[in-house]
Amino acid sequence: MTNSIGEIADADFILSTGTNTTEGHPVIGIQVKKALRKGATLAVIDPRKTEVAELAKYHLRLKSGTDIALLNGLANVIIAEELWNKEFVQERTEEFEAFKATVAKYTPEYVEGITGVPAETIKEVARGYAKAKSAAILYTMGLTQHICGTHNVFAVANLTMLCGQIGKASSGVNPLRGQNNVQGACDMGALPAFFPAYQPVAAEANRAKFAAAWGVDELPAKPGLTVGEIIDQAGKAIKAIYIMGENPVLSDPDANHVVHALESLDFLVVQDIFLTETAQLADVVLPAASYAEKDGTFSNTERRVQRVRKAIEPVGQAKPDYEIICMIGTAMGYPMNYDSASEIFEEIARVTPSYAGISYERLEQGSLQWPCPTADHPGTRFLHVGKFGRGLGKFHPVEHIPPAEMPDEEYPFILSTGRRRYHYHTGTMTQRTGALEVFYPTEFLEINCVDAEKLGVCDGDMLKVSSRRGTVEVAAKITDKVVPGMVFTSFQYPDVPINKLTNPARCPISKIPEYKVCAVKVEKAG
Amino acid sequence: MVATVTLTIDGIQVTVPKGTTVLEAAESVGIFIPTFCHDPELSKPGACRICVVEIPGARNLPASCVTEATEGMVVYTASDAVIEARKTNLELLLANHPDDCLTCHKNGECRLQEYAYYYGVRADAFPGEKHQYPIEDDNPFIVRDMNKCILCGKCVRMCQEIQGNNVIDFAYRGFNAIVTPAMNTTYSDTDISNCVFCGNCVSVCPVGALSEKAMLGMGRRWEMKKVTTTCPYCGVGCSFDLNVKDGKVVGVTSTDGDVNGRALCVKGRFGYGFIHHPDRLKTPLIKKDGKLVEATWDEAIALVAEKMGAVKEQYGGETIGLISSARCTNEENYLMNKLGRVVLGTNSIDHCARL
Repeated sequence: MTNSIGEIADADFILSTGTNTTEGHPVIGIQVKKALRKGATLAVIDPRKTEVAELAKYHLRLKSGTDIALLNGLANVIIAEELWNKEFVQERTEEFEAFKATVAKYTPEYVEGITGVPAETIKEVARGYAKAKSAAILYTMGLTQHICGTHNVFAVANLTMLCGQIGKASSGVNPLRGQNNVQGACDMGALPAFFPAYQPVAAEANRAKFAAAWGVDELPAKPGLTVGEIIDQAGKAIKAIYIMGENPVLSDPDANHVVHALESLDFLVVQDIFLTETAQLADVVLPAASYAEKDGTFSNTERRVQRVRKAIEPVGQAKPDYEIICMIGTAMGYPMNYDSASEIFEEIARVTPSYAGISYERLEQGSLQWPCPTADHPGTRFLHVGKFGRGLGKFHPVEHIPPAEMPDEEYPFILSTGRRRYHYHTGTMTQRTGALEVFYPTEFLEINCVDAEKLGVCDGDMLKVSSRRGTVEVAAKITDKVVPGMVFTSFQYPDVPINKLTNPARCPISKIPEYKVCAVKVEKAG
Repeated sequence: MVATVTLTIDGIQVTVPKGTTVLEAAESVGIFIPTFCHDPELSKPGACRICVVEIPGARNLPASCVTEATEGMVVYTASDAVIEARKTNLELLLANHPDDCLTCHKNGECRLQEYAYYYGVRADAFPGEKHQYPIEDDNPFIVRDMNKCILCGKCVRMCQEIQGNNVIDFAYRGFNAIVTPAMNTTYSDTDISNCVFCGNCVSVCPVGALSEKAMLGMGRRWEMKKVTTTCPYCGVGCSFDLNVKDGKVVGVTSTDGDVNGRALCVKGRFGYGFIHHPDRLKTPLIKKDGKLVEATWDEAIALVAEKMGAVKEQYGGETIGLISSARCTNEENYLMNKLGRVVLGTNSIDHCARL
């Protein structure tokens, strides 16, 4: 997030796209509702009538996968009506003319044809966003899980720069991270092309710096593979995989392919707190401690570094993941010895400029938001004040790209997947709480009344849902949350491994799979 | 420069910013005034009257939580009249309160109990009818015992003003007044109640009316060690207290988090049961003849080192992939990045940010 969570409540205009905030991030949903009580305008872009869409003044119920057209349409109106922030564009950005030329054809009427959102609504939302004193854009994977996911984010960034709605309180681009420490995992260099703090591995100076810090002569120069590519290449260019706390068998697209790929490895190590669907395929399973059993830090979606504190001893012989990693490193001839998580953090601060001013000692006084470059730096509430990271903000003109797999005669429905309030990711933890899974025990498929009637199904009837890649059975939930021709479910139930169906087509830049659109057929089961 | 006022509370001169309430002014110098309905984060109904004080010249004993401190004001927080009013207030509350402290989950953390003890008030001053509401426990998260409710309304305001779901409000009048979802339904009837089981109402209940279901019978409040930590679920990063007894996590309660204040969601507050779930992996496992069998750490680590070393030797480090975890800590992700690049010799390290 370029802003902080607390700033959302003070925004005058909130444009929420592809995020079911009140379900996916309930405590950020609280801030959105607070803003509404203070008089903010909320516009929600989402093909589903989500809970947060029902709170909105404008629900832009676009056809799946038409985000770029819609966002370009908003920019088109803002330029046509001279509502753009000329001073900001002049002083802080570049490539505006190219952007202007690209969005010229995205008139509200043209965009209505692509997205199904009425031209008049597009105009009103564009005016509201451009004229607002402060305007925050919130997004999650409804925006990014498309083959054009990165371009979708470019379109969002273009809009914020056009209106100068960035670099100040309550105005900015705010991706809401889905997991406790996605931000931190990225910050810490759990990425194929970057050392900690996004220092490219391809740059020789960075490799020299880290080689010195880690006491080795050299480090591999070629950027590695992303998670999807690692699995794709399993048994081919990848011979062994070490998985810590992930469950790709349920979380990755085209699950049958994932299982086959992992089975074809020479060696698979899985380290987890449960024997997940993925761990069952492993050659060695290492029992890890849960978050309650270890010390450490998480970095949240607003770049806030917070302490995780050990409350109990690890169960059984489980060990904290950091101890296990050190045991493996040491056994392979590279001694990794740390007395505590705090000592590891000290090393992190030495090599990670944005974390350089953070220490466990300071965190005892309160959390800190990076960038926090020095020990007396108070941390950073919002980003891009006065200047962008690269200097001038660059407009990236982008064109509408339809999804990779659209419905046809054989597979006439669009399947979209997401999350439920009561569960988390692949359900490994939330299906075992004694409470959450009791209240929300089974998954269902949201289907519109019109389609249910055509298929002759009632609420709760079992459906067989198939794509070109696989089939699952799931109970029907008849609802107007989805439009005719669209169905929706979550990937959080081992009984409904919906990722057997999803399309592994990826955004070529971010390598994010297109979970939000694939073509399926729906039949009555049995 | 903020305008200030100076008043005298129990003989102590107090200077506070204009607009400060008498209650806040008293608290600022450590003078105790009991409260039920007051909460610094919520609006101030001035409803429960337990915080009354004596201000000479005032026509009654005003509620200190909604009385603004003024220049030259004189306040007595523990005069005979004040004590008598508070005692009567407590007697009236206890007249319609179950005599259940022995087994009540809130024993030791109940304001009614605490103030009754402090002022020496017993339950038998006003014998009469008592409520006999059924206990609402038809959901796995929250137990509502409206017989214990003192109608302070903090749960109502928490749900309206912080959570923003407006699940509950007061219904009926006088002795029949009750806090309830619409149509007198239960929380679990979510189509009507709009409840999402965040439990934020529970976090402000001053008595035993609202309780975390899974914590009932798991230990007295004073037996719990509270460890403040960060939620393991979504990316918001809420803080909460793990409640630990005898080496086990037996509950989650609110703390004052930098991100979330006291607010949590259903997963954060009620989703901790996996920690002690019997399915937890407790020993390393090694696959032998297609089956995973228990092994020692020494065996498992030696095998990992040997096999990874062999792959690296035979095919090169770049043929090894590491999938790190957005569920693990910064320290652990950092070490995975180090292990991968230094020891295994691969940059193919990633995690689930893309999924």
